[in-house]
Amino acid sequence: MQRLDYLKESPSQTAGPYVHIGLTPNKLGNDGIYPVDLGESPVSDGAKGRPITIIGTVRDGAGMILRDALIESWQADADGIFPGHDPRGKADPNVSGWARIIADFDSGEWMLKTIMPGRVPFHDGRPMAPHVSLWVVARGINLGLQTRIYFEGEDNESCPVLQRIEHRDRVRTLIAKRTGDGEYRFDIVLQGENETVFFDL
Amino acid sequence: MTPSKTLDGNSHDSGPLFFRDRDWHPAAYTPGYKTSMTRAPHRALVALSSTLSEQTGPAFGHDMIGERDNNLIVNFTGQPAIGERIIMHGRVLDENGRGIPDVLVEIWQANAGGRYRHKKDGYLAPLDPNFGGCGRTISGPDGSYEFLTVRPGAYPWPNHVNNWRPMHIHVSVFGTGFGQRLITQMYFEGDPLIAKCPIVNTIGQQKAIEALVAPLDMNRAIPMDCLAYRFDIVLRGRRQSFFENRKEGM
Ligand SMILES: [Fe+3]
Repeated sequence: MQRLDYLKESPSQTAGPYVHIGLTPNKLGNDGIYPVDLGESPVSDGAKGRPITIIGTVRDGAGMILRDALIESWQADADGIFPGHDPRGKADPNVSGWARIIADFDSGEWMLKTIMPGRVPFHDGRPMAPHVSLWVVARGINLGLQTRIYFEGEDNESCPVLQRIEHRDRVRTLIAKRTGDGEYRFDIVLQGENETVFFDL
Repeated sequence: MTPSKTLDGNSHDSGPLFFRDRDWHPAAYTPGYKTSMTRAPHRALVALSSTLSEQTGPAFGHDMIGERDNNLIVNFTGQPAIGERIIMHGRVLDENGRGIPDVLVEIWQANAGGRYRHKKDGYLAPLDPNFGGCGRTISGPDGSYEFLTVRPGAYPWPNHVNNWRPMHIHVSVFGTGFGQRLITQMYFEGDPLIAKCPIVNTIGQQKAIEALVAPLDMNRAIPMDCLAYRFDIVLRGRRQSFFENRKEGM
């Protein structure tokens, strides 16, 4: 028999407690190596679309707010086109789509200022509801967790990804609550009651 | 870089991702590593094929990298850090064995004494005034990358009473899709602490652990200057098929 000669993905290891040394040294106070930390904002001035701010925390199974979590976000522009290699075309030049967000060292609160992303097609062409993809790492997380922020008030019922969630009461863990004009709250719960839905995508 | 097109029109940079082999990665809940016990999701992950949201990802330019960003020996103060000088090098590949060009690789590590430049690290080994502890680079046309650094020391950590981390370098890497995003650690050939480490042993399969142990590479060592270790990083592959992307109902 012939052999499948695929390589295996490198196994993940935790980001550990000192992830900020590597990924946000300036925010840690280790400045002088890089002029700025990467991923300060997913949009620049002039980006088309509705400005939004999302604030949240990351909590563990004991209810403790993590101070050492690092989150990265990835999203489409207001028309639902991704920056970079989207086969459907070029995105808004003022949208980089990516941000690196850290929990505040004291309060554990994190914040993302961006624009409301457009709808992006699922495999079968049906539109997914507007969402921001998240990747969450921290000490104690062995493999980065993938989740998504959806938004209260958008057409979430028709989203083919949300429809695939069998336990319907858990869908709400993916929907950011509107707290004001363009303001949302999204708390991530790693474990236990109200545990956020994480994806294997 | 211009993405090349496959037969079905999917570019190599945007096709569907291989499914992750979650038995190869560490489980989320690994009691030997205590912190994982309250940070591991208990509910099953919701499994779906990757969508455009995971198949696309941020792009970084070579122009954003400073000349000394991948030289941890001098990138903090300009004066050389203390320790055993090493080159860490390898390629960023996907599971199809293709080198991935133009992707960002970031590393961070303790100094030669095993101490991190971090307000939370109170280990008694001293800080090196000339060692910051991070570096970054962007992979070349064949996916290759390299860093010049010092070999990090082993250090103790609070878990069980006498746990020590083997010498390691933390590695963060991007592919071309956000679903390929990965953080891992590189270990060094021959380190007896590898087998004893609860974080290493969150990985269940011995072969998978070995994939994170970099061999000494005398072909890349520079005489009278530094040793070298080779560490290839493999990210999820991409599928290519005529039969992908059927419309609903077909
Ligand atoms: Fe470490």
